[in-house]
Amino acid sequence: MRALSTFLYRRPNFYVLLLLIPPLLWFGTVYLGSLFTLLAQSMYAIDEFTAKVVYEPTLATYKQVVTQPANVDIILRTLSMAIAVTIACGLIALPIANYMVRYASARGRALLYVGVMLPMWMSYLVKVYAWRLILAKQGILSWMLDTVGLGAGLDAVLRIPGIGGPSLSSSYIGMFIVFVYMWLPFMILPLAAALEKVPESLLQASADLGARPVQTFRTVTLPLALPGLAAGSVFTFSLTLGDYIIPSVVGAPGYFIGMMVYQQQGTAGNIPLAAAFSVVPIVLIMVYLTLAKRAGAFDAL
Amino acid sequence: MTAAIEFLDVSRVYGEVHAVDRVSLTVQAGEFFAMLGPSGSGKTTCLRLIAGFETPDTGSVLLNGRDVTDDPPYARDVNTVFQDYALFPHMSVLENVAYGPRVRGQRKDDWRRRAHEMLELVQLGHFAQRRPSQLSGGQRQRVSLARALINQPRVLLLDEPLGALDLKLREEMQIELKNLQRRLGITFVFVTHDQGEALSMADRVAVFNRGRIEQLDTPRTLYTRPATAFVARFVGGANVVAGELAQRLSGRAEPFAVRAENIRLRAPAAPADANSMSCLGDVADVQYHGAMSRWQVQLESGEVFAAALPDVSSNGDFKIGARVRLEWSRADAVPLTAAE
Repeated sequence: MRALSTFLYRRPNFYVLLLLIPPLLWFGTVYLGSLFTLLAQSMYAIDEFTAKVVYEPTLATYKQVVTQPANVDIILRTLSMAIAVTIACGLIALPIANYMVRYASARGRALLYVGVMLPMWMSYLVKVYAWRLILAKQGILSWMLDTVGLGAGLDAVLRIPGIGGPSLSSSYIGMFIVFVYMWLPFMILPLAAALEKVPESLLQASADLGARPVQTFRTVTLPLALPGLAAGSVFTFSLTLGDYIIPSVVGAPGYFIGMMVYQQQGTAGNIPLAAAFSVVPIVLIMVYLTLAKRAGAFDAL
Repeated sequence: MTAAIEFLDVSRVYGEVHAVDRVSLTVQAGEFFAMLGPSGSGKTTCLRLIAGFETPDTGSVLLNGRDVTDDPPYARDVNTVFQDYALFPHMSVLENVAYGPRVRGQRKDDWRRRAHEMLELVQLGHFAQRRPSQLSGGQRQRVSLARALINQPRVLLLDEPLGALDLKLREEMQIELKNLQRRLGITFVFVTHDQGEALSMADRVAVFNRGRIEQLDTPRTLYTRPATAFVARFVGGANVVAGELAQRLSGRAEPFAVRAENIRLRAPAAPADANSMSCLGDVADVQYHGAMSRWQVQLESGEVFAAALPDVSSNGDFKIGARVRLEWSRADAVPLTAAE
């Protein structure tokens, strides 16, 4: 036993390799393996008459995804929602995270962290269905707005073409609200972590040199929060792109990428199309990360 | 001379702790002023009160004769060199230095030229495009200095600016800072816990203890004529004699201080001198410091006395445990106004 310990201690590389074999096997086979199987599936196509998969490499399925107007609609719809949700999460999370880190007392901060994370500990489905009730035509929200005399305002919002609808629970606005609610913690937490790393003295130095609070926020706080904002936005962006439950429970009937994947690999039995659709978010996120990097979001890391 | 900074009965309380306790002081324009004290003595809080990062609970702060008690930092004509330098990590050295003029809306040509001038002033002209993380501690210190001076403040505040530097660099920067202050004629307020730094650089020193100023004087007066036991110990490293022993040695009950380098060691049987005070003790420890040695001598009454003797002293042959006679001139016993 002692000899073995000595042997391993003197050969740290071998020791590390030994420790890494199980996670590497897991990561390699289960994670990367399934990802590549998926990618491989997307390179096949389905025969339209027999409805069977033809195992010959082709880009026909991808062509179908990016050229058929219905499919392009789905991608654009999902992408627009993901962008809108990400922006909204960023705008809401920034003041909350800033308050948590800079102004709240130690106790208040702990309470806020728990408050932010508490919803994450509850069942996802329960929350989505709860929101459907909140947003329903005669639901809590419309009742509250009616009570305080803002019912007309809600109706006006719902009349907006494209994103409106008969009720919040059956409109894109409602879906947007639920998405923002769901993913907000994923934005707040990395943002708070980034802001916590900014020393108080930097903000004082900025004020000392003559910057008003707004200038300090723009020139010091925001650039240094950018890595957190980037990390959070990767979460909100990718979670929105891949989700299929929220669009199927709340909102307008238009399809989203996640729903398409679910349906194609399930009822429709078109595995190649499902695979090709699930590649779309991967590509979109890669494009997003490239743009974020080019914009300097990771410079302060 | 006009007053650059005035504190009128200023207090700052955190919960139960009086960080600054009814402090009044005046810093003259063009003065190199040091605030000296151990950590938690209130010196840094005073600096932050001048900068505007803190507001006093009572009293008022005046800058150049104007009451700025409620003014935010960005409305005050002072700039700060921070202890951790507080350089903006996402900006280049040039952008850091140019920050002040930029947020004040100076034109790009102007702020670029000014920032380059300031970098030349602190001998960092070649480092303009670097990031702060690529600089050494001493270089960051200079950038921080250039950034604070570019606004041409009437008062420059320095919060333990040399604390993070190694000894040699610290001594160089002390001289450099002193020269810079003379050249620019700006009021410097310097916070430090290092009495050597305060004595060697400042025109006047305020010694802080428990939120109050114990003594405010020139370095020479502080060192030779400490007013209190705290100042005698903290600034001069002096021996404070109080109570019964003071009564026996000087014939009066008031405490007095004797600096270590004014004490001579003699053989126990050596004849007493009418102009001296003396007492017996045992050598407890000797530390060699090169130019001199520090001796710890335990008196019969229990007190430990420190004596600093030139290393070539003939007293060098006392061993640890040896009985010695401590002796000093009556003139070297400095009466202290306040007891412990």
